[in-house]
Amino acid sequence: MEHVDQPVEPPPADESVPACTFQVKNLSIWYGEKRAIDNVTLDIASNAVTAIIGPSGCGKSTFIRALNRMHELVPKTRVEGTVLLQGEDLYLNDVDPAIVRRRVGMVFQKSNPFPTMSIGENVVVGLRLNGVRDRKFLNERLEKSLRMAALWDEVKDDLHKPGTSLSGGQQQRLCIARALAVEPEVLLMDEPCSALDPIATAKIEELIYELKARYTIVTVTHNMQQAGRISDYTAFFYIGRLIEIGPTTKIFTNPTDRQTEDYITGRFG
Amino acid sequence: MHFERAHRHTWRKIKSGLASTIAFVSALLVITPLSLVFFHLVVNGAGSVNWDFFTKLPAPVGAAGGGMVNAIVGSLELLALAGAIGIPVGVLGGVYLAEYGSARINSVLRFLADVLNGIPSITWGVVVYGLVVLRLKGFSAYAGGLALSLIMIPLILRTTEEVVLLVPNGYREASLALGVSRWKTIVHIVMKTASKGIITGILLALARVGGETAPLLFTAFGNRFWNHSLSQPIAALPLQIFTYAISPYDDWHRQAWAGALVLVTGVFCVNVIVRILTRGRAASVV
Repeated sequence: MEHVDQPVEPPPADESVPACTFQVKNLSIWYGEKRAIDNVTLDIASNAVTAIIGPSGCGKSTFIRALNRMHELVPKTRVEGTVLLQGEDLYLNDVDPAIVRRRVGMVFQKSNPFPTMSIGENVVVGLRLNGVRDRKFLNERLEKSLRMAALWDEVKDDLHKPGTSLSGGQQQRLCIARALAVEPEVLLMDEPCSALDPIATAKIEELIYELKARYTIVTVTHNMQQAGRISDYTAFFYIGRLIEIGPTTKIFTNPTDRQTEDYITGRFG
Repeated sequence: MHFERAHRHTWRKIKSGLASTIAFVSALLVITPLSLVFFHLVVNGAGSVNWDFFTKLPAPVGAAGGGMVNAIVGSLELLALAGAIGIPVGVLGGVYLAEYGSARINSVLRFLADVLNGIPSITWGVVVYGLVVLRLKGFSAYAGGLALSLIMIPLILRTTEEVVLLVPNGYREASLALGVSRWKTIVHIVMKTASKGIITGILLALARVGGETAPLLFTAFGNRFWNHSLSQPIAALPLQIFTYAISPYDDWHRQAWAGALVLVTGVFCVNVIVRILTRGRAASVV
């Protein structure tokens, strides 16, 4: 895709909006005795796509899940360090993880529309369960979210059909629409295309490119070409540590660290 | 060489035939008692299942006719009482085991529930007799309902736990990632996804206790007339069958057959409903 070849401009400095959506400082995460993330410090740029790459088990998923506290679902996790979202610490004692997750949405590797709900119900379920009753508002948000997820034209006549009746790629876009419907500031994507065919993958990638105008996107990917195509910044993780982060073009053409180069050129991983 | 192969082939065919015959005969043996029971019930009971049976009170000894309407209604009342206690406790307990609690405590609770499931049902009758009947100084519908509910709870608890555990974690994560609270996720996403399985467990538990006699012997006690208060003894179909079957009167024996036929048909219907509910279970999640 064309946009990757252009030099990446850092997001414009605006006084009301910090250029960084997340500021992660000295983050370490343990599962029981095992340290999954080891002293990671990085900033995640606003309105840009940041790709997290690295070999299996390097802590990519744990890191991305730490950005909306989803990793806490695993028992016996422990966190050290800070994660600031627009300057606010996510891990202060009085912060409700549900509120964090409303601001930081997530799309998963395996598409997971709720099987008991129709396409339409799936999109607005987040609003409904958070207490929104207004029919008109829900319908507006339904259409808006499906349009943003580039799914509206395909499903507008089938909103009452089960969400699970859609194809794999459509289901994943439905999940994106569902995440967008609660109007988060950030969208985390944990290998969103790894279960999809190339055509469905291309659609999601196109969608990610369009969404970054409004959202900060952090995506985990196993696919180096994909990271090259869709991301503005790339972070390379290895055994729980951040080896290198930088503009994607730089990481892919002229990485600073030897391990990054070895991984990108396919010498391991 | 060629001959050898052909010979082996025949021997294999014989073994295969033998195995499938044995399996077929075993299957027949399983079905035979069921068909015999049903056959006998129909032969002996069908003649006495008539309009009166469903609408009239039992006739006095010696008088012809009469029915079991009080026992049928009584059984339904007892099931309602048992369900009112057993369903919420069993379902919530099962959800707790599947969603909350520590692994160690849960395995103890699970083991205890399995032990409870194995306790002979008359034991529950004795327990409730000691705890409730003696204290309140009388048999009552409440006591009968309580005894039945105690049998239902571990049954429903275990089936609920199993079907809730079958709900893939992806749905919980998807809901929590939308900023939905834990309990709303459990009620609106997890339990809704598992609802067919939960309802199936409840229906099977109701069918099971609907036929219980022993726990009602010294709790609900039975009643030849209408029950006007739940704190009074109440009739139940299995109890009535029991009383009539051990009586010396032919009239009553016929009525007992009819009662048994109605009871078995009721249980059968519940099972059919369960089959319909769980049809296409492989296609959906739970």
